[in-house]
Amino acid sequence: MNTRHASYAGAFHPLARLLHWLMAVLILTMLFVGVGMVSTVSEKHEWLLALHKPLGAAIFLLALIRLGVRLRYPPPPLPADMPAIMKFAAHASHWLLYALMLSLPLVGWAMLSAGGYPISLGGSLHLPPLLPFNGEVFAWLREAHRYLAYLLFFTVLGHMGAALYHGLIRRDGVLPSMTFPSKNEIVTVEPVVVVPTSEPPSAPLL
Amino acid sequence: MTDPSLQPSRQPWRWAVIALAVGALAAAFAYVGGWLTPQRLSSRQIVNQLQQGGVHPGFRRNHAKGVCVAGYFESSGAASAYSKASVFAPGRTPVIGRFALPGGNPYAPDSSVPIRSFALRFTLPHGEQWRTGMNSMPVFPVATPQAFYDQLVATQPDPATGKPDPKRVGAFFAAHPETGPFLAWVKTAKPSASYVTETYEALNAFYFVDAEGKRHAVRWEVTPEANDDAGTGPQAGDPDYLAKDLQQRLAQGPQRWHLRITLAEPGDPTADATKAWPADRPTIDAGTLVIESEQAQDSGPCRDINYDPTVLPAGIEISDDPLLPARSSAYAVSYLRRTREEAHFPGAPRANPSSEHPQ
Repeated sequence: MNTRHASYAGAFHPLARLLHWLMAVLILTMLFVGVGMVSTVSEKHEWLLALHKPLGAAIFLLALIRLGVRLRYPPPPLPADMPAIMKFAAHASHWLLYALMLSLPLVGWAMLSAGGYPISLGGSLHLPPLLPFNGEVFAWLREAHRYLAYLLFFTVLGHMGAALYHGLIRRDGVLPSMTFPSKNEIVTVEPVVVVPTSEPPSAPLL
Repeated sequence: MTDPSLQPSRQPWRWAVIALAVGALAAAFAYVGGWLTPQRLSSRQIVNQLQQGGVHPGFRRNHAKGVCVAGYFESSGAASAYSKASVFAPGRTPVIGRFALPGGNPYAPDSSVPIRSFALRFTLPHGEQWRTGMNSMPVFPVATPQAFYDQLVATQPDPATGKPDPKRVGAFFAAHPETGPFLAWVKTAKPSASYVTETYEALNAFYFVDAEGKRHAVRWEVTPEANDDAGTGPQAGDPDYLAKDLQQRLAQGPQRWHLRITLAEPGDPTADATKAWPADRPTIDAGTLVIESEQAQDSGPCRDINYDPTVLPAGIEISDDPLLPARSSAYAVSYLRRTREEAHFPGAPRANPSSEHPQ
């Protein structure tokens, strides 16, 4: 019985991996800070609240950088033998993660604006309001912030479960592509089939 | 796939590892969010308890009955040696305020409680704000969020009689000797005939931070220039005399208070709002609060302001008073609930935030 998967070559660019793991830490921290600070009545409420806003701004900026890195260094393809539905789920969940990483900080900023709150990033550094003062708009955005954050948490859970499924069950090289790819995987990018021409390519294919 | 030894594997332990990892993260999230620990006091529980007397959609869960006011603070510059906040430099800062009665009933008669409250939002340059909520009493009854919650539970109306059970109330105060100074004061306190003649105290301690970064423990209060309370007196049978009195006085001219900052000495408690500081502590007259106009609270600019006392400019910081973070957390719950009710009752009167948002 030969159930070996089709060759899965390539890994994420080192910069993409660095951003992924940095943001994984920041986003998980952020989700726990957020859910904790709205519930607690202890002194933790104050410093969690003070941490939440600059952390959100940092995640937004890092997500923009990461999107640029992703466009510049496209991620390796998924294993060819993955079922289509699984591939769809993988792609959809990744775009959902990007959408949430970018929208949650903006919704938070807009929500504080509509609530008439100062938007402090620490000390006297303040962001200008995105929206005019309006309590009803605040309520909608505040609820959206909560449910989008829950959605982000569940997507992160699914993402983590899927990564472990790739790493422990399928063992198809998807997990190492974001962790510690073997040397072979880094260098053996499937060569693009190039129609032979009279001239050799002027630049490396990578 | 470069390692030929790696085959797909469906051993149960591999599935168990995945389930464990995902489950542990979800459980940690639920724990931090308070869903697994209903016995741990949360902001939701405090506000739920405040709502025991009934929900009045769109209204604050506490201090529900009130009126919006607007004016400015004219700083004398005297406090600027202790706080670098720009509000204390000589000059004017616009203010949106709110007078109110404690309690969750927006239709409570003004004479039902001897306490009035005054909340202020100062709008500073560069997006900064200072929000404070003050009460016309010298000390707070309790020192901690848990004691506050326990007091709410002990004093909630008995469904059978519609009144608090005197036994539970008595047991609470007996178990909480820190309520002594408040009880001694409230015994002789009478409902005032006017919002304007009251002194309002920020019962919690804060820190002022000066330009050198040195912290000074402070409490503040606003003391009225008007002191003719005895002359007018509440009219019998009118449950809403405070708003009418305010309207009449403002028709005659702006009303003024002095913002007085009391400086603590080493050893004065900052974490206990039940204890007044000794009367001989130095005070600074930081300037004059001038209230020029009033607006109904269901359409005025104070309606959608959450007077969270931890919204502070650089130069003022919260102290270690445990009531402050609890107020912040619970006010946020109340604010979301009432603005959500506004959003879901689109026929409700809209606030008029004209010229109100800092920009």
